[in-house]
Amino acid sequence: MRVNVTVNGEQRQADDVWEGESLLYVLRERLGLPGSKNACEQGECGSCTVYLDGVPVCSCLVAAGQAQDREVRTVEGLAEGDALDPVQEAFVEAGAVQCGFCTPGLVVAAHDLVNRVPQPSDPEIREALAGNLCRCTGYEKILDAVKLAAQKKSAR
Amino acid sequence: MDFLRPDTLAEALALKSQRPDAVPIAGGTDVMVELNFDHRRPAALLDLTRVPELREHSTENGVVRIGAGVPYVRIIEELGGALPGLAMASRTVGSPQIRNRGTVGGNLGAASPAGDTHPVLLAAGATVEVASARGVRFIPATEFYLGVKRNALEPDELITAVHVPATRAPQQFSKVGTRNAMVIAVCSFAVALHPGEQRVGAAVGSAAPTPRRATEAEEFLSGELTATDQWESPKPLLDSVKRRFGELVAQAASPIDDVRGSAAYRKHALSVLARRTLGWAWQDYTGKAA
Repeated sequence: MRVNVTVNGEQRQADDVWEGESLLYVLRERLGLPGSKNACEQGECGSCTVYLDGVPVCSCLVAAGQAQDREVRTVEGLAEGDALDPVQEAFVEAGAVQCGFCTPGLVVAAHDLVNRVPQPSDPEIREALAGNLCRCTGYEKILDAVKLAAQKKSAR
Repeated sequence: MDFLRPDTLAEALALKSQRPDAVPIAGGTDVMVELNFDHRRPAALLDLTRVPELREHSTENGVVRIGAGVPYVRIIEELGGALPGLAMASRTVGSPQIRNRGTVGGNLGAASPAGDTHPVLLAAGATVEVASARGVRFIPATEFYLGVKRNALEPDELITAVHVPATRAPQQFSKVGTRNAMVIAVCSFAVALHPGEQRVGAAVGSAAPTPRRATEAEEFLSGELTATDQWESPKPLLDSVKRRFGELVAQAASPIDDVRGSAAYRKHALSVLARRTLGWAWQDYTGKAA
């Protein structure tokens, strides 16, 4: 089937999509957007987190056909041109990246959090990121990055 | 595989009656896992996320009707006051990403014995609304779960809503798992006080082939509270009463040994969950009644 979907503000079309395929597969393999990572394929790890109509979801659990005529925003769509989003800047500055595999999902989840909650507390951060696993276990730096991101955001 | 995309409930029901082999998909948190892992190759997927009727909730005559497609996050944010037990169970579902997509309708459709909302629906006295091109029928939650991942739906029916009585009385839910998020319950328990009927609802999850009411525990505690006039003038519960309640809850379960826990552990944990949640609910009731 053909799937028409707006991705990062751009109208995109994917052809020959299998009906049981996930949005994640379409993004990575058909639309050339490998930022969202494929790890668990069962919603456990959060590394494929994208916005679907403004709501963070695991794209591995969205059937491609469910994204028809919807708006998707991936980690590739957070920066404005060369200017990183404050969340991305904060991850870089805080060194909240080890192997980097979980980072895109965490960046999207953190992006959603600091947009909803300007000054999140530690428990709020932990709760918001509970669906994102970092197997390097670099969580302390990630918490630092989210706090820094919130500061950067409120300073703008 | 076909991908069916109805825009209205009438269209969805017509499609389901033409294609009873179509698997309904809403949040996808169960169906997509089965597809991704090649555990299931349905002839068709029936996408329900475009059906506006399924995404609404409303309250009439003290009963909240929750459309089958309302995600957990909205139950938590919009219905926490009227349905404290369901909101509590919803908060323990998966992760924020999962709660943004997953629905009670999907929980009922999957009918996993470990589904988080089932014990609450049983304890609160919920009714499942199902529909087909033939019409609508209402199935009490107590008659909905038939076996491991089997429910009372006919092949041409869709779950359209669940009806849960709104309450001001305390309800509690608790579940055991290895961490707070992304946990399939090792066992779970829900208790609901129904002062109007002088009755207590109690149910276990992940501890039998189906979610299950703890009927003897309900009767023991309801009888005890009524006999000692505690609904009108509540006093702190005797430890012996809480303990007996816990024992009867554990007896209601028939768990198995599996990777998540042993049967013996589940029974023990259930008696502890029952005692604790009852303690919290009763403390709340005592405070409110005083």
